[in-house]
Amino acid sequence: MSTNRPSNVNGVGLSKNDYRGANSTLCAGCGHNSIANQIIAACYEMDLAPETVLKFSGIGCSSKSPTYFLSRSFGFNSLHGRMPSVATGAAFGNHHLKPLAVSGDGDTANIGMGQFKHVMRRNLNMMYLVENNGVYGLTKGQFSATAEEGLTLKSQGRNPLKPVDICQEAMVSGATFVARSFAGDAKQVKDLIKAAISHKGIAVLDIVSPCVTFNDNADAHHSYAWSKEHETPIHDLTYVPLRDEILLDNGFEEGTYQEVALHDGSRVLLKKLERDYDPTHRWAAFQALEEAANDNILLTGLIYVDSSRPSFTELYNLTETPLNRLPEAQIRPSRESLARINDLMF
Amino acid sequence: MTFPLQEKTAPLVDQETNVNDFSITVGTKNGSGSQTSNLTILRALFKMGIPVSGKNVFPSNIQGLPTWYTIRASKEGFLARREVQEIVIAMNPDSFAKDLATVSPGGIFLYGDHIRLGVDRDDILVYQFPANKFARESEAPSNLRDYVANMAYVGVLAEMIGIDMDAIYAALDFHFKGKKKPIDLNYGVIQAAATWARENIEPQNRYKVEPMNGTEGWIMTDGNTAAALGAIYGGVHLVAWYPITPASSLGESLAEYLPQLRKDPETGKNTFAVIQAEDELAAIGMTVGAGWSGLRALTSTSGPGISLMTEFAGLAYYSETPIVVWDVQRMGPATGLPTRTSQGDLMSTYFLGHGDTRHIILLPGSVNECFEFGWRAFDIAEQLQTPVFVLSDLDLGMNTWMARPFQYPDEPLNRGKVYWEEDLQNLTHRWGRYLNVDGDGIPYRTLPGNTHPNAAWFARGTGHDEFTRYTEDAGDWVRNMERLAKKFANAPQYLPEPVFDLAYDSSKNGSERKNGSQPKPTRIGIVSFGSTDPAIEEARARLAQQGLETDSMRIRALPFRPEVREFLETHEINYLIEMNHDGQMHRLLRMEYPELAGQIASLAWNDGLPLTARWITEHLHANLHAQEEN
Repeated sequence: MSTNRPSNVNGVGLSKNDYRGANSTLCAGCGHNSIANQIIAACYEMDLAPETVLKFSGIGCSSKSPTYFLSRSFGFNSLHGRMPSVATGAAFGNHHLKPLAVSGDGDTANIGMGQFKHVMRRNLNMMYLVENNGVYGLTKGQFSATAEEGLTLKSQGRNPLKPVDICQEAMVSGATFVARSFAGDAKQVKDLIKAAISHKGIAVLDIVSPCVTFNDNADAHHSYAWSKEHETPIHDLTYVPLRDEILLDNGFEEGTYQEVALHDGSRVLLKKLERDYDPTHRWAAFQALEEAANDNILLTGLIYVDSSRPSFTELYNLTETPLNRLPEAQIRPSRESLARINDLMF
Repeated sequence: MTFPLQEKTAPLVDQETNVNDFSITVGTKNGSGSQTSNLTILRALFKMGIPVSGKNVFPSNIQGLPTWYTIRASKEGFLARREVQEIVIAMNPDSFAKDLATVSPGGIFLYGDHIRLGVDRDDILVYQFPANKFARESEAPSNLRDYVANMAYVGVLAEMIGIDMDAIYAALDFHFKGKKKPIDLNYGVIQAAATWARENIEPQNRYKVEPMNGTEGWIMTDGNTAAALGAIYGGVHLVAWYPITPASSLGESLAEYLPQLRKDPETGKNTFAVIQAEDELAAIGMTVGAGWSGLRALTSTSGPGISLMTEFAGLAYYSETPIVVWDVQRMGPATGLPTRTSQGDLMSTYFLGHGDTRHIILLPGSVNECFEFGWRAFDIAEQLQTPVFVLSDLDLGMNTWMARPFQYPDEPLNRGKVYWEEDLQNLTHRWGRYLNVDGDGIPYRTLPGNTHPNAAWFARGTGHDEFTRYTEDAGDWVRNMERLAKKFANAPQYLPEPVFDLAYDSSKNGSERKNGSQPKPTRIGIVSFGSTDPAIEEARARLAQQGLETDSMRIRALPFRPEVREFLETHEINYLIEMNHDGQMHRLLRMEYPELAGQIASLAWNDGLPLTARWITEHLHANLHAQEEN
C-alpha cells in the first residue's frame, strides 16, 4: 500500500519535520527531550494528522515540553496542577480530536493530585504522560511527592516521606490504561505512547525521566544509572498498527505472546519474560505494583488495560458534528419553545 | 379549646380594612415542607391578580432550624422587602417568641395548637388553629402527613383574608404539575382547614385580599431559572459547575432545561454538556478549556467559589479566552452567611486575579435582566475574547419574582472574530493569534479542529508574542499589555447602558417635556445596581410623595459607560445605594472619577436581608439633614 510513497513522508503525506516543535530549552540530557522525540516519532509513524491532536500541560519543566513537539497541533499550557480540567472542557469542543497531555510528578502528584484522580475517574479519552523525576526543576531541586524515602539532595537534606506511586494512584482512581516506562528505554516508550493514543479512554504513562541537573546521582531512584540497572520489563511489548499485516519476527510464535486489542483496531503484543503477567487482571496489577515498590524494582510495561469502559465524552451522546462547528440554528432553540416556557412560568 | 383565644374581647372592626397591601410572614422549621404551602399562597394571590413577591429567609441547614417566608401583596406593585409584617403565622415553637414580637401593632397572629405557649400582646388579633388534625383526618400516608399538615395554615389564612379557593387549586395544579393525587390530597386539607376556620374563628376585617387586575402580562419565576434559560437561548454548549448556595439552582436549571431544548431533533443527539466538577477550580478550568476550544462555556458559583477561581480568571483574561461566570452573591467574607444576600463581590471580582487584571462585569437588576444577560454575556465574552462575570445575588436568584415574559433574543448570536479554514486561506497577511489587525485591541482566533496548516497556536499564561511564542522580552510584554488595556477601554460600547429614571420623565412632569422646555435634573441623583432596584423604586415614590423628587441611574455593567459620568456630573449629590459594608461601587466610582468624588455619597448597608424602601428613605433623609447642618 505504501509503494508509491516517497520514503520521507508518512501515510498522510507529512514529513517528520511536520511533527516537530520549537527547539527545547530544557537541560542537555534531560529525559523529557527524549520523550518529546518519541511522541514525534509515534505520531509520525501512526500517520496522525497534527490537527487531529490537542496538546495540554500544566506548569513545570515537563509542561514546557508540548512546545517542543507537534507545532501544527493546537495546545494549551495551563495552570499548575489544573491541566486535567482544561483538557476536559476542551475535549468537548471537538470530541473527535485526541488530547495528548504531558505533566510532571509535582504537577500531578503534589499540586494536581485532585484533578489527576478525577480525570482518571471520568475516563477522559486522553494520553496522560507524567515525566517523573522526583524533583522540582524550575524552582531548583526541591523534593516532589514521588521522591523515594531516604533520597538525599544537596540543598534539601534527606526525604523522610514515603513516595506517591502514580501508577497505583491511577489504578485506585479507575484508570483504564496504566503503564510505566523509563526515558532511557526508547523503544518501549514509543510503543507505549502509540498504544496510549490508540486507547479510547484515559491512558496514564508514568515515565521515569531523569533530571540531570538536580536528581541524577547513581543511587537515586529517578536517575539514569539506577533506572538502567533496576528496570525490569514485565513483558516485551510491541505495538502493531491496524494497517499492518501480522509481520511478526521470530520472537512472536503462536502461543508465546498475549495479544491486547485496542479501540482503533491496533494491538499490543506482549511477550512473556520472567513471569506470567496478564495486564487485564486488575488485582494482579495492584500486586505487581506493590511488590515492585517493596522490592525497589523499576517495573515497566503495560501494567493494566481495560478497553470496556466508555470514555467521558461518549457518555454525553454528542452530535456527530463537533460542538464548536454547530450553526446558530442548532444551538439557539426556537421562538416557539420560549413561548411555551413562558406559558409554564407561574 | 375555644377559638380565638383571648380575642373575644378585642374589637375586631377598629380600623380601616387594608385591602391588598400588607405582608404575611410564615415561621416554620427548615425542611418541614412548608415551602409548598408558602408558594401556594403566593401563586394564589398572583392568580387573583394581586402583585406579590415572596422572600425566603432560610438557614444554612437541612432540617430543624427556624426559617421564614414573607409574602408581600402590593396593589401599587411594590415588590421589595418590607420591615413590617401585618400577618404572622407561627408554626415553629423555637421561633414563637420572635414571631410574636414581629407582628405590627393592629396585626394578626396565627399559630398552630402544637405550640403550647402563652401570648402576652393585646394590641393584635391572636388565633390558634389545629395544626395536625386536618392532615391526620386526610388520606395522607403517614410518611407525608407532616408535609401535608402545613396546608392547614393555607386553609385558615385563605378563609380569614379571602383567598379565592379556585386560585389555590390552580396554584397546587401548577406545583404538582397536574398530578391529581397530590393536588387533591393537599387541596382537601386546605378545604377542611378553611371550613374549620369559617365555623370556629370570628371573622376579621383588618386585612383582606380582593381580586384585581395587577398581574396580567406577568409571569412568576426566579433569577437563577431565568439565567439558565437565557444561557440556553444564548447557545451555551458547556456548563461546568460545583454545588454552592445560592447558585446551585442555576446549574440545576440548566441540567433540567438543556435536555428539553437542546437535542438535535433529527438525531436526538445533544448539542450541550453539563459537568458537575469536583470543585470550583475544576469547574472554571473546564470552562476555560471549553471557551478556548470555541464553545460557549459557563460556570455558576458564589463568593467562595469566585475566590477559588481567581487563578483561572487571570489565565482566561491573559490568554483572552471567552467564558461566562455567574456569581450569585451571598454574604462574605469567608463562608459568611451562606443563605443571606449581598452585593459584596463587586470589587474583588472586578479585579479578580493577580497582576494587572480587569474583568467585564454585568449587573442584572431584575429576573428579566437575568434572562437577557444570560444570552448577551456570551456575545460580549466572544466579541471581546475575555471572561464576563455576571453578578446576581441570592435575593434575585432564589426568590420568586413577578417578571415580564422572557423575550426572545432580538439579535443573532455574535461569535466574535473567529477564522476558519477558508478565512485563513483568503488571508493576505500571516495570521497571528494576538495580532492587533483592526486596531481595536481585539485579535482573531482560530479553534481546535481547524485543519488549515497555519491554524494551530499554543495558548499559554506565560509571556507571549503575537504568534503565541514564549517571550520574556520587555517590549513584547508591554506591547501586549497595552493592547489589552486598549481592548478594555473599548469595551463599554459592547456593554448594557445604565437604566435612567428621571423625575421629569414621570407622568407628573411629562407635560413640560411635550412643551419642549428643557427640564432640569433634580438636585439628588440616586445611583444603584442589581437587586436593590425594587426598594429604590419604592423609596423614590415615597420621597416624591414627600415632595423630594429624585433622578435615578441603575448601572448595569463595568467598566463604566460614558453615560455614568454624565449623570454624576449633572446631579449635585449622588447617593450610591448598595448592599455591602464598604460601599464598593461608591469606591469604584470615586476611583474612576476622582474629580467628582465630592458629589458622590455612600449609602451602604448589608445585614443579609434585601434592602427596604424604609431604610433608604430614612438614611437619605438623615444624610441630607446632616449635610444641611454642616
